[in-house]
This record gives sequence, structure tokens and C-alpha cells, in this order.
Amino acid sequence: MTETRARVAVGRTTLLVGVAALLLIAVVLSVAVGARSLPPWLVWQLLWHPDGSADAAIVHELRVPRTALGLAAGAALGLSGALLQSLTRNPLADPGLLGVNAGAAAAVVVGLALGLTQVRAQVWLAVLGAGLAAVVVHLVGGQAAGRRAAPERLVLAGAAVSAALMAGVWGLTLLDPDVLDRYRFWTVGSLAGRDLAVLGQVGPVLAAGLVLGLLLAGPLNAMALGEDTGRALGVRPGVVRGATGLAVTLLCGAATAAVGPLAFVGLAVPHAVRSCTGPDDRWVLPLSVLAAPALVLLADVLGRVAVAPAELPVGVVTAFLGAPVLIALVRRRGVAP
Amino acid sequence: MTHHLVASDLTLAYDRRVVIENLDLAVPPESFTVVVGPNACGKSTLLRGLARLLAPRSGAVLLDGRAVHTMATREVARRIGLLPQSALAPDQISVADLVARGRYPHQSLLRQWSAADEVAVATAMALTDVTDLADRPVDELSGGQRQRVWLALVLAQETPVLLLDEPTTFLDIAHQVEVLDLLADLHEQGRTLVAVLHDLNQAARYATHLVVMTHGAIAAQGPPGEVLTAALVAEVFGLPCRVVPDPVTGTPMVVPEARVRVR
Amino acid sequence: MSADVGQRASAGAPGALGAPGSLLAQGRVLRLAGGRLSLRWRPRAVVVGGTVLALAAGLVLLALVLGDFAVPLDQVWGALTGAEGPAGTVVRELRLPRALAALGVGAALAVSGALFQTLVRNPLGSPELIGFTQGASAGAVAGIVVVGLTGGALALSALGGGVLTAVAVYLLAVRRGLLGARLVLVGIGIGAMLNAVTWWLLTRAELATARTATVWLVGSLNAKGWDDVTLLVGALVVLGPLALVAGRALRLVELGDDVARALGLGLRRAQLLLVALAVAAVAVGVAVAGPVPFIALVAPQVARRLVRGPGIGLGTSALVGAVLLLAADLLAQHVPPTALPVGVMTGLLGGVYLGWLLRRDGRRT
Repeated sequence: MTETRARVAVGRTTLLVGVAALLLIAVVLSVAVGARSLPPWLVWQLLWHPDGSADAAIVHELRVPRTALGLAAGAALGLSGALLQSLTRNPLADPGLLGVNAGAAAAVVVGLALGLTQVRAQVWLAVLGAGLAAVVVHLVGGQAAGRRAAPERLVLAGAAVSAALMAGVWGLTLLDPDVLDRYRFWTVGSLAGRDLAVLGQVGPVLAAGLVLGLLLAGPLNAMALGEDTGRALGVRPGVVRGATGLAVTLLCGAATAAVGPLAFVGLAVPHAVRSCTGPDDRWVLPLSVLAAPALVLLADVLGRVAVAPAELPVGVVTAFLGAPVLIALVRRRGVAP
Repeated sequence: MTHHLVASDLTLAYDRRVVIENLDLAVPPESFTVVVGPNACGKSTLLRGLARLLAPRSGAVLLDGRAVHTMATREVARRIGLLPQSALAPDQISVADLVARGRYPHQSLLRQWSAADEVAVATAMALTDVTDLADRPVDELSGGQRQRVWLALVLAQETPVLLLDEPTTFLDIAHQVEVLDLLADLHEQGRTLVAVLHDLNQAARYATHLVVMTHGAIAAQGPPGEVLTAALVAEVFGLPCRVVPDPVTGTPMVVPEARVRVR
Repeated sequence: MSADVGQRASAGAPGALGAPGSLLAQGRVLRLAGGRLSLRWRPRAVVVGGTVLALAAGLVLLALVLGDFAVPLDQVWGALTGAEGPAGTVVRELRLPRALAALGVGAALAVSGALFQTLVRNPLGSPELIGFTQGASAGAVAGIVVVGLTGGALALSALGGGVLTAVAVYLLAVRRGLLGARLVLVGIGIGAMLNAVTWWLLTRAELATARTATVWLVGSLNAKGWDDVTLLVGALVVLGPLALVAGRALRLVELGDDVARALGLGLRRAQLLLVALAVAAVAVGVAVAGPVPFIALVAPQVARRLVRGPGIGLGTSALVGAVLLLAADLLAQHVPPTALPVGVMTGLLGGVYLGWLLRRDGRRT
């Protein structure tokens, strides 16, 4: 028994190292690659010794903020997806599918319509919108009279709520062309065109969400077999559910406010991680925090390179990467009721 | 008129997993055949194959000599009725309306409710004793009542052959006996029944032909008195037991051996 | 065993109109030609249908009267039957076709929603599941932004995108020839990809073009004329009979895959027919008015509650959808300070509906 455990531990540690290495590569690529590719050694030099050249400007004003945002948003979305999948015991849960992103988006648009364009206001609006949407989706599609919600029911509720929110968004964008102009760029989900100040605004909320989320690994493990089992193991399901909801809201709200809605990151990454490590949240959560930014940054790099000199926003790339993953998953394993 | 339902060299599989391979089974006409076996032995799969819900990987299911899969679905539905485990009643449907849907194989776009339909539904509901419940919503009924309503739907189809997949699951014992007694009555009226049951003693009590399956193949078949022996039960189910005559009906009754307790 | 079987059988005399089908708790039977032809009908459905139809007529009248150029009631008949002058033009060329188009689009979308809800056995089902609306949106926006299409060509572009997407989703979701829970997730996955493309295209356009595209995306009945109405009537003629056949198949699909097949329904073919019909219906609606949200979701459920029957009826859904869309269009045109596209109003409707769903489920738990 201990031999198997030791083997599993070695396997997981290897995976951890591997994912960390992948992340490092992604960061390097993110800073080095682009319409104008710079060799890594030059990048390294410019990072620490900015010399006012055009290349230095590219590194410091474009690539570094981009990479930093990608790291932050990726970590947030990966963790929130993992938390949601653990809590709902539903391997197909994704903040985007469950309407959380739409809620954040709708709130941001309301803010834009009311003239609130500063990032700080957007962050709090996004968090609020994400939370409200999550609650509504859960109430509409979630457990009724003690029955556990089927995966499709929650997803359907998410789609319905998203559609309702989008209608409101449409109305507002049509009434005020300025809102449309801001919204259409924001909604695609992009790491470009935002500066590090955004990270400063979003950072505290994100950090709070990350800490809270990671702390929930143990309690979520206990609840993995059901709320009654969790209670027997000394965990308070109501508290855990509330805390997880709060963490997801903070993380999604912050990430969406910073870079716009990014599809499928929260779905694909925890799913892939879980299939390698098993359902132990003490591994799934941290690994998701490391693996998701890698995906986001690699998607961003792909977007820069694929249609050069134009750019595909990272939101489009993650949708095109994530949807086939979802479809392949659904086809391969069937949908558990 | 007898109806021969035969599985001939039948192989059934789900995607890549083969469940039943080269199985032969001739269901005796006008018998009450019961299929038993441990979990995952393939008994439900066999029933689904016989009911044309699962296409054979190889071999065939023959009804009166014709391969069932070459027959039109409606034609099969007029000969073979199936009570599956996975039946859904639409919200708020009344008992009478639900039973009436069993007449579909005999109806068409222009012939939506003939006098024959009326008679068939009335008879089916009378046989299953749900006539008094005709106007009640199916959702409000108890488990036993609901099972009788689904049985009425299948009876309304007026098929000479009935296939039943675990018709007594989720019922308490009184209702189980009620449903099984009803099935015995239907059998006596001349129908051929094939039922999958999980309770060996009930199977032995009601079956005229017992089929014991294990690992996707038939271990033994025949009248329960001949087939159900302690040796067979030990081999197929892994249960040491004694087989004694049922004090009420005389059919074989399986009594597990006492466990040697180490205290 | 009951002995009055014979009595019950004679309750429906041949040729009698509406002889109570005593065993059909919620229906009556019309028998003709000595019993060779028999049709079932439900009194409540007919009453509800008639009422909704009357409501539709009233709303059409309202649509003809209201507007910047108010047409007094006594002049409406004259305007309809060919009187010259501004009243006649406004009524005949603008308001009447728009109102009829609203009825037609609403009916088409509702039928599509009813079919999807029965196929996935879930009241939250809608044409978005098969990705049609997202594909049509992507096709239309690509047409507007990249090529600058309008009118019929734009509709074709939308339809092309929609149909291609629906086919792709169907093929990916089908398993051993049958649909199942996979449809929802595959549709949403492909839908998300197409949404990303659509919005990305919007960022590549001039603001003015983006606005035009957005108006289409919202769903609008602006400037709908007689050619749109002709299209809708043609669709009704073609799809109507198919819908009748579909209605019978739906009653079995509701009972679950196994029971449906055991009762003699060729399930694979039936599902294909139902999906094709649903896609055709939504295609007609989207071709005329763009992807108007929520009618497909809400109308069938409202119809079901009004008729209080098991399952979702196609006819009543169509009528309810027609009335809902026309009402929404009237509200969108005359209530806000500037006229809004009907899609915004149906979106709000959808929000209210979801809120009501919340309260109802909340009370149940």
C-alpha cells in the first residue's frame, strides 16, 4: 500500500515539476515572441537593465504587462474552475458556461453606461455581477427538493441566464454607441492594450480569492463524497459552499474585469489536471493555478503568431482550443447523470 | 397461435465491450420464462437484444422465423411488448392518457382513436386494476400503482409476447407479489412472457422456464425444479446454500447456509 | 375483472362529433366515415387556441392604429381595403406586414423551441442548443463586416452559417444514431466558439458597421415587408404538414427512448425529422428577424401551462409565440423613449420568465 502511495506521490511531483516548467516556458515565450520576436537573452537583459530603446519599450510596456495579466487571469480562472467542479461534483462546470462571466460582463456594461470606466469600479462591478449571476443560475438550474442537479440542467440554466443578461447588454449598447465601442473590445477577452495599473487594481481581490480558494482544498476533499459524508468528517457544508462561492466570484470577477471574459480556461485545465492526478483537491487546485496561466499565455502567443501581423485576441483562441476539448470529453466519457 | 422468439448465435456488445457472445436461446412458446443471474451477467442486455433495442453485433433474434431487425419497428411493436426500467411519465399526464399511448402501433395520422383502441385500453386497465385511477395524474401514484399503469400501457399494445426488465425493482414486497401474480394471470391467458428478475425465489416460484446466466452465457435452463440446485447456485452466484421445496407452492427455494462465526 | 368493457366501447357512436372518449380523460374523438377516420382533439386546447387567436387579431388592430401617424379606428377598414392617402400607405405597406411578420416569426420560433424542449426533455431547451443561432449570427456578422451584405444576401449568409453549424453539432452529438444529453454540451461548446468569432469580427469593424451588425444580432422587425410575410406563409405551408406528423412522434419521444422504440417509433428517423423541422422553423424566423431571444424558450412553456396538458403542443406553442412576439414588438416600439428592436424587449421578457421560474422552484423546495 505504501509502495503505491509512494509511486503516486512521485508521479504527482513529476507532474508538478513538469507543469511548472511548462509555465516557465510559456512565460518566456510570452515575453519573447510577437510581431517582433526578441531573443530570450536580450529580453533577460532588457528586463533588468532597461536602456530606453524601442526593444526595451516593447518588453516593458507591452510584453511584461501582458504576461503578468495572463499569469494573474489564468491562475484566477483555473482555480475558480477547479473549485466549481469540486463543489458541484460536476466535471463540466465552468464559470463561463454557468453564466458567471456573463454576469460580470453585464455588470461592467451597466457601469460603462453609467460612466464608470475606471478599472477599480469595473472590478467591483464585475465581482458583484459574477456573484449575482452565479446565485441566479444555481437557483434556476440547481438542486430542487434535494435532488442533485444534472450537469446539463445547470448548463442550460447558465445559458438561459447569460441570454437574459446579454439582452440587457444589447439594449444598453444600442442606446449609447460609446458603450458599444468600449464593450465590443472588452468582451472578446484580450491581454493587449491594458497596462500594469490594471493589475494593481485587480490584484488584491485576486489575491484574496486565490488564498481563500487554496485553503478550501481540504474541506472540498471532505465533501467530495457528498454533504452528509462531509458533515461526518467535521466539515460544515453550508460554510464551505458559501466560501467556495465567494472565492469563485472574487476570482472570476477580478479576472473578467482585468482581461474580459475568457472562455473554457476554467473548464479544460482542471479537467485535464484531474485526469492526471485524481480527484484530490490538494493537488488539483494548486496544479490548476500553475497550469491555467500556461494555457492562457500559450494561447496568447498563438494569437500573436497565427495571423501575424494581425492579432487574435486570447479569448478567441481559448474558445477555439477549449470547445474541441469539451466536445472530445463529452464524446469520450459520456455525460454522467 | 404460438409465437416463437429465438436468439440464434447472438452476440451483443456496447461499443467495444462484448457482453454476450454466440448465445442461443429458444423461448418456449406460451411460457413464463424468467432470466436470472448475478450482476453484470448480461441478462438486461439479452432482454434489450430480444426487444430490438440493441442491434446484434452478429447472429440474430428471430420472431416466427424472421429476423427481428429486418422487420419494421411498428410490426415488431405489434408482436413484442417491452416494459423497460427507464420509463418516463410526462408531467401531469393522467393514467388513462398514458395507457392510451400504448395503442400507437395500431394507430396512424388519420386513425387516431378507433373503437378497437377504446376496447384495448379498457381491457388493459381492467386487467391491471387501475380503472378507478383513470383520471388521476400518474405522478401522484404510489410505486406499485405506477408499475401497474406502465404494465397497462404495455398490455394495451395487445402483443402476444411480453418482455419485462426487472418489473419488481423499487417495489415493496406486497406490491412485488401483486405484480408477479398479475404476470402469472397474463401468462395463463395465453401470452409468452420473458422477465428478468433478481430474486431467485420469486423466479423459481413463478417461472415455467428458468434461464440462469453468468458472464454473458447461459449456465442452465429448464423448469425451475430441475435447474435450481444448490450446486448451480454455488457455482453461478458464489453462495453456499440449500435448496428446499417452498412450503406453499413446492417450487425450489434457496436458503443460504449459515456462516461459521468465529467468536 | 370488469364486465362493463362493452358499455364503455359503445360510448363513442360513429359519426358523432365530440363523442366523449371516455377513456381519454382529457380529450374527445371525432369519428367519420364509419370509424375509418378518427381524430383526437382536446376541448381545452381549442378554447385556449381560439382565445389566443382573438388576442392576436386584437393586437394586429392595435398595431395598425398606433404610431407616430395615428390612424383612427374608423379609418382602419378603409385603409386596409385600398383607400388612397397616407393612412392607407402606412397601414398597408408598413404596419400590417410588420405585424404579420411578427406573428409568423413568433410562431416559427415557438415551434422550434417546443421541439427542442421535447427532444432534450428539459423545459430550458431552445434552438441555441444545436448552435443554429450562434452559427447564423456568425454568418450574418461576417456578411455585414467583411462583405457589407444586406437584405436577402444577408439572410442567406446567416442561414448558411446556421445550417452548417446545426449539421456539425448534430453529427458530433449523435451517438449510435441517437441524440442524448450530449447535444446540450456539444451545442454550447460550438456555440461558444462561434460567439468568439462573432465578437471578434465586431472589433475589426468600424463603429458604424459594428452598430448595424449589433442591431441585427439583437433581433429586429424593422422594415419588414410583404416579401418577408410571403416567406413566412410559404414556410407555414411547407412545414405545417410536417409539424402534424411530428406531433404524433413527440407524444412518444416524451416517454423515453426505450418506450418510444418499444411502441414502434423509428426513433433515429423521428429524431432526425424533429431536429430538421426545428432547424427549419428557427431558420425561417432568423432569416426574417435575426436571432430574437427567448420566444423559443418561453412560448412553449406558457402554452403548456395554459392548456394544462401533458407534453408540449406545437399548435398552441405557435399561437402563443406569435402573440408574445407581436406584443413585445408593440411594447418595444411605443414604450421606450426611442423605439428599440424587439430583441431587447424579449430579452427582458426572458429575464422576467427566469425570475418567475426561480420563485416557483424556490417555493417547491
